[in-house]
Amino acid sequence: MDFLNAIVALSNYVLIPAIAYGSQLALGALGVTLIYGILRFSNFAHGDSMAFGAMVTILFTWWFQSMGITLGPLPTALLALPFGILGAAALLLATDRVVYRFYRRVKAKPIVFVMASIGVMFILNGLVRFIIGPGDQRFADGERFIISARDFREWSGLSEALVLKTSQGITIVTAVVVVAVLFWFLNRTRTGKSMRAFSDNEDLALLSGINPERVVMYTWLIVAALATIAGVLYGLDKSFKPFTYFQLLLPIFASAIVGGLGSPLGAIAGGFVIAFSEVMVTYAWKKVLGYLLPDSLAPDGLVQLLSTDYKFAVSFAILVVVLLFKPTGLFKGKSV
Amino acid sequence: MSVNWKNIGLFGVVALLLLWTGLFQSWNSALLIINMGLISAIMALGVNMQWGYAGLFNVGVMGFVALGGLAVVITSEAPVAEAWAAGGPRVLAGLAFAVGVLAAAVALYKRMAPGRSRALALTVLLVGGFFAYRAIFDPAVDAVESVNPAATGYLGGLGLPVAVAWLVGGLLAAGVAWAIGKTALGLRSDYLAIATLGISEIVIAVLKNEEWLARGVKNVNGLDRPWPVPYEVDLQQSAEFVDWATGWGLDPVITSSIVVKLAFAGLFIIVLAVLMWMSQAALNSPWGRMMRAIRDNEVAAEAMGKDVTRRHLQVFILGSAVIGIAGAMMTTLDGLFTPGTYQPLRYTFLVWVMVIVGGSGSNWGSVLGGFVIWFFWVQVEPLGRWLMDMLTSGMAADSALRAHLIDSAAHMRLLTMGVILLLVLRFSPRGLIPEK
Repeated sequence: MDFLNAIVALSNYVLIPAIAYGSQLALGALGVTLIYGILRFSNFAHGDSMAFGAMVTILFTWWFQSMGITLGPLPTALLALPFGILGAAALLLATDRVVYRFYRRVKAKPIVFVMASIGVMFILNGLVRFIIGPGDQRFADGERFIISARDFREWSGLSEALVLKTSQGITIVTAVVVVAVLFWFLNRTRTGKSMRAFSDNEDLALLSGINPERVVMYTWLIVAALATIAGVLYGLDKSFKPFTYFQLLLPIFASAIVGGLGSPLGAIAGGFVIAFSEVMVTYAWKKVLGYLLPDSLAPDGLVQLLSTDYKFAVSFAILVVVLLFKPTGLFKGKSV
Repeated sequence: MSVNWKNIGLFGVVALLLLWTGLFQSWNSALLIINMGLISAIMALGVNMQWGYAGLFNVGVMGFVALGGLAVVITSEAPVAEAWAAGGPRVLAGLAFAVGVLAAAVALYKRMAPGRSRALALTVLLVGGFFAYRAIFDPAVDAVESVNPAATGYLGGLGLPVAVAWLVGGLLAAGVAWAIGKTALGLRSDYLAIATLGISEIVIAVLKNEEWLARGVKNVNGLDRPWPVPYEVDLQQSAEFVDWATGWGLDPVITSSIVVKLAFAGLFIIVLAVLMWMSQAALNSPWGRMMRAIRDNEVAAEAMGKDVTRRHLQVFILGSAVIGIAGAMMTTLDGLFTPGTYQPLRYTFLVWVMVIVGGSGSNWGSVLGGFVIWFFWVQVEPLGRWLMDMLTSGMAADSALRAHLIDSAAHMRLLTMGVILLLVLRFSPRGLIPEK
C-alpha cells in the first residue's frame, strides 16, 4: 500500500508536472533551435514572441467567451489558438522584414543579430504590457480536472490522490501532435527538406536553387506556431504574466543547448532533461520518502535540495556543465 | 591633435539640457540626473570595454551592478555581533566547505583517467558534499536569520569605510566574471550572452533569498556615506550652515540637499576621471591595439600568436569590475540596498542603449551616451504621460480605454528604448562619437 502511495505521490508531484512543463519547454526550444538552424542566431525575442502569441489568443478567448462561444469541457483558448498563431506569424514576419532582413543582406556577424533580437525583445515586451498590462491574467475555462483527487481516492482507496489537470492533459496531447506534425513536415515535405538542406549547408542549398527568403519565411511561420502553442499551454497550465515569459528564456535556451542547438530532436530531449531536473531538485521529497522508508528512517526535514526560488539556477547549472564538457550538446548540434 | 568641435558641441548640448532642467524644474533634479548620469557613464564605460574593445556581448550587466550593491552592504555596514556569535563562523565554514568540495571535484576530474570510475567518484563526491554542506550551512543560517529579524537578521558587514566598498564591489564582480568567462568564453559568441543572462538572474535570486547575507527583500537602508559627503540632517542642524545659507538668501533645507548632491558629484567625477584616464591610456597602448586587432579578425590575431580566449577573459573581467564599481557607487548614492528593484530593462538594457547610442568602442562616446540616455530616461516618463493625456483628451473622462492608455504610458519606455536601439544599430551603428 505504502509503495503504491509513494508511486502515486511521485507521479502527482513530480512526473506529471515535469512531463507537462517539459513539453512546454520542448515546444519553446524547438522554436529557438529552428531559428538557430536556419537564421543562425540565438533569438532572445523568443520568450516574448511566446507572450505575444499567448496574448492574442487570450484576447480572442475573452471575445469568444463574451459571445458565449465555448468548447464545453475543453478550454476556449484552444478555439482561439489559430488566431493567436496568425497574430504571432504576422508579427514575426513583420519583424523579419523590418529588422533581420537587412542584417542578412549585409551578412552581419551573428552577435549583431542577437543584439537586434534583444531590441525586438524589448519592443515586444513593451507591446504586450501596453496592450494587456503587466499583471496576471487567467483565461482557462471548461473542466478543471481530468482526474480529480476525490474521484481517484474513491476509485483506488489509496490515501494519496492522483490529480490530472485538464491543462496538463491538453499540454501533453498537443505536444505529441505538434511534434509529430513538425517531424513529418521536416522529413517528408519538399519545403521541410529544403529547410533541412539550408540548415545543413547554406551554400549547397543555394546552389541547388533553394530560395533562401522562402525558407526563412516558412521558418518564421513554423516558429510563430510553435511559440504561440507553447505560450498558450504554459499560460493555461500556470498563468499568463508577461515577465514570466521573459524568465522562461533561460530554461528554453538551456534546453536547446543541452540538446544541441540546431537539432530538433535535441530540443525535445533537452526540454525534458531541464524540466525533470528542475522539478526533481526543487521538490520536497519528504512525503515520497516517508512512504518508502520504514518509520524509523523517515526524514524530519522537507528533503528539498533547493528552494523553488532557485529553479533557474538548476537550468543554469546544467547549461554550464554542458558548455564545459560537451558544448555541442547531447545530439551534436552546430558548434559554430 | 586637432580640437574636435563636434564632440565638444555634443557635450555642450548635454550641459544645456541639464542647465534647462536646473532653471525650469529644479537644481535638485538637475543634480540628481548628473549624479546618476555619472554612474551610468561608468557602467557604460565598463560595457564598452567588453563590447567596444573586444566584441563580447554581456547580457548580465544587472547582475554585476547588483554585486556592487552587495559589496557596499557586506563591507561598510557594522557587523551584527549577536548574529556572528549565533552562526557567523559556521556560515563561513559551510561556504568554505562548498568551495573545498568543488576544488576537490576539479582535482579529481583532472587526476583520474576518464571512464566510469571517474564519473562515479565525481557523483559520490558532489552529492555527498552537497548534503554535508547543507548540514553545516542550514542550521547556521537559521540561527543568523532568527537574531532580531525585524531589524537585522543578517551578518552585517565588516564596518570598513565606504570607499573600500566600491573597490570590493569591483572585486566581487570581477570574481563572478572570471567564473562565467572561464566557462563560456572560447565557445560560440552567443553562449556568453546566454550565460551572462543566466548568471544575472541567479545573482538577483540569491540576493533576494539569502537573508543572512544582506537581508534579502527586507532591504538594508541607512547605508553609510563616503568621507567628505555630509548628511542633510547634520547640515540643517549646524547653526553655521544655516547662517551661511540664509546669508546668501537660500533655503537651508533645499541647500543642504544640494550640497550633499554636489559632494557626491565631486566624488563620482574623480572616479570617472580616473577610470577614463586609465581606459584611454589602455586603448591607445599596444594592449588596446591588440584588443582591437582581435575584435576585428580573431583568426588573424590568433595566427599572430595572440591568445584570444585569455585576452577575452581579461577584458571581460576588467569591464565587469568597472560595472561592479558603478553598482557600488549607485547603492551608496541611494543609501539603501533593495534587491527587489533590479530589473534587466533598467540595468542591462539601458546601459546597452547608452553604449550603442554613444558609439561602441569609444570611451567618450560611452560617457556621452550615459548622460544623454539617462537624461531622456528620466524626462521621457512625464513627457509620455503628458503625450497620452493629449492624445486621449478627446475621449470621455471615464472611458476605460483612456484609463488603460494612461496607465500603460509607463510601458512605453520599454518600447521607446527598443526602438532607439534598433534604429541606431541599423542606421548609425557607429553612434554619436564614432571610434577613431
